[in-house]
Amino acid sequence: MNLSGLGLVGAQLPGAIPAQRVPVSSGQLLAACRLGWEQGSRLVALWISDDRDRARGFCLHIALHDQDGVTLLEYTIPDASSAYPDISTIFPAANRMQRAAFDLVGVASESDDQRPWLWLASWPIDKFPLQRDFVASPKWEPGEETYSFVKVEGDGVHEIPVGPVHAGIIEPGHFRFQVVGEKVLRLEERLGYVHKGIEKRFESLRIGEAHRLAGRVSGDSTVAYAWAYAQAVEAIADAAVPPRAAWLRALALERERIANHLGDLGYLGNDGGFAFGLAQFSRLKEDVLRLNLAAFGHRMMMDYVVPGGVASSLAAAHAAQIREQCPALEREIRILRDIYDEHAGLQDRFRTCGRAPPDLAQQLGLTGLCGRASGQEFDLRCDFPLPPYDVIAPRKMTQTDGDVAARVTVRFDELLESLRLCSALIDGLSDGEVNAPVPEPPPYRLGLGFIEGWRGPVFIALETGPDGTIRRCHPHDPSWSNWPVLEHAVIGNIVPDFPLINKSFNLTYSGHDL
Amino acid sequence: MLTILRQIAVTGIKTEATPAPADENVVVARLQEEVLRTLGRALTIRQVDAGSCNGCELEIHALANPYYNIEGVGIRFVASPRHADMLLVTGPVSKHMAIALRRTYDATPDPKLVVAVGDCGCMGGIFGESYASLGRVANVIPVDVAIPGCPPTPTALLQGILAAITAHTPPKAEPESSSRTE
Repeated sequence: MNLSGLGLVGAQLPGAIPAQRVPVSSGQLLAACRLGWEQGSRLVALWISDDRDRARGFCLHIALHDQDGVTLLEYTIPDASSAYPDISTIFPAANRMQRAAFDLVGVASESDDQRPWLWLASWPIDKFPLQRDFVASPKWEPGEETYSFVKVEGDGVHEIPVGPVHAGIIEPGHFRFQVVGEKVLRLEERLGYVHKGIEKRFESLRIGEAHRLAGRVSGDSTVAYAWAYAQAVEAIADAAVPPRAAWLRALALERERIANHLGDLGYLGNDGGFAFGLAQFSRLKEDVLRLNLAAFGHRMMMDYVVPGGVASSLAAAHAAQIREQCPALEREIRILRDIYDEHAGLQDRFRTCGRAPPDLAQQLGLTGLCGRASGQEFDLRCDFPLPPYDVIAPRKMTQTDGDVAARVTVRFDELLESLRLCSALIDGLSDGEVNAPVPEPPPYRLGLGFIEGWRGPVFIALETGPDGTIRRCHPHDPSWSNWPVLEHAVIGNIVPDFPLINKSFNLTYSGHDL
Repeated sequence: MLTILRQIAVTGIKTEATPAPADENVVVARLQEEVLRTLGRALTIRQVDAGSCNGCELEIHALANPYYNIEGVGIRFVASPRHADMLLVTGPVSKHMAIALRRTYDATPDPKLVVAVGDCGCMGGIFGESYASLGRVANVIPVDVAIPGCPPTPTALLQGILAAITAHTPPKAEPESSSRTE
């Protein structure tokens, strides 16, 4: 992103991803965001840190990215009573991020929407967990909060509240539907139920151990988060990762993508009334998980990626098994894909259902897999190919219809592509070490991690404290940008199609609520 | 239609049915006996995510795949706690979910069983207790059986469910409290 028009100069941040850090004044903040928008930048994350102990007030961080890399705008707010300009007028997804930042740090934006987002009355409303002088009291009891949902009024309009405990085996969250007959006029989400204090927890862990917590921000993306965290640590410590370790990380990341896409395709079939699909795809997913257990020591490969490399090497026998599994899976997936494609009942449910057209997706910043199904052609693996992606050259899979069918198609395409990548990774895997010692990172440095997980780009910003401590860590899931788009995609559809549309987005609650 | 039938035929029955000592299939076989003996027909489970990272949910989902075939042994996940014999609760219990979890527990008819799932459900896990987390499930509702693991494998889940329905005197979860994070 080129900010020279505003007379702003960025400082390069070390690390694998091209990134610059740009301090801005209050007058420049909105102008820089607007310039970014005009240049095609997308909002990655917005968070605030409390730097009053270092006599720097609070710092608002806004991470944008475009074809040049990440631009981190930093704006210093003198005290908690001063508000900062509302970014959501330029990047709509900032709305919830700003509200969450207030709930946790106590610094508000100038936005009209000051409703809480992650706060649900479990701690006093005037206490802010990420302020450095915050002390929790055991006397605080969970309370009940009244949230002002937007109501639709008119003849025959009624409201359906759903959750936080849902009918299926899924994460908790609240959905408020305004419907007439069975048609959805409006959906409003209320999240925050699985907020468990992850950002605060990071601050009590040491840099060398917190990859375990990063890997549990959202369990289904454990490899992506652990890798992003490791990337941030390695950037600060200026540590290199052995080539074999980088290749094994990519292998784990692609197998995570394969497992999740297989699971989703099964459930999408099931939600479309085709139980055969669930039985078949869940069987294939189990085959992948079982081989993961043998090869990586864990079915979901938790704690496999560590700062400096990976936890264990890959035995030749397991490499051979993974290599054999790729064509075997591909054969089965192609058969199942034909069955899905030719199944009239299923296609009737998938097509035109839950549409997020490309212009809407662009406006709202739809990202990751869902973005690629709505013409948003971004994939970090292709746009900033780090080793080994520079060698194995993943192909970007995009669609433009933006409906459930498009998200199914992107999943099939990415699944087959990831199988090709896994084969290439095994074929090109070099010998050597899988872990290099990471020197203790210097204090008060910022490092970024940015990894294309199966759901989309996973972002981690890590700031070190003295003696190997973590001063601040902000993990950011692509779901932040995609949850609001789900509300739009549902409009005009019928209530019974919501589970299908929701599944086709398959967003994380835990990774969002933190 | 023919391709669907062909695929079903080619796939065959994947459900693992050869019992051997220390094998997960032993669990399945015993489970079925216990389910039939104890409950007559079937065991119904209401799963509650009270704050997990969703890792445990993925493994609970896996119980339904053809290899474990949990429905085949008479266990079914139901949509309402009012239809449930057992609550399968993952944690740590976030403070925001505490009220919803208590209400779910109250809505489940007696006699009911509660199984806490995962290291977080058993003892708070890596998240522990904090301003936002109440830690283990037993801190919020009575727990009959706790299944550790991060996440527990489908086999461990089956073993835990079996333990819950066979235990006449339910062992309460370990009394030691997890480390506080602040």
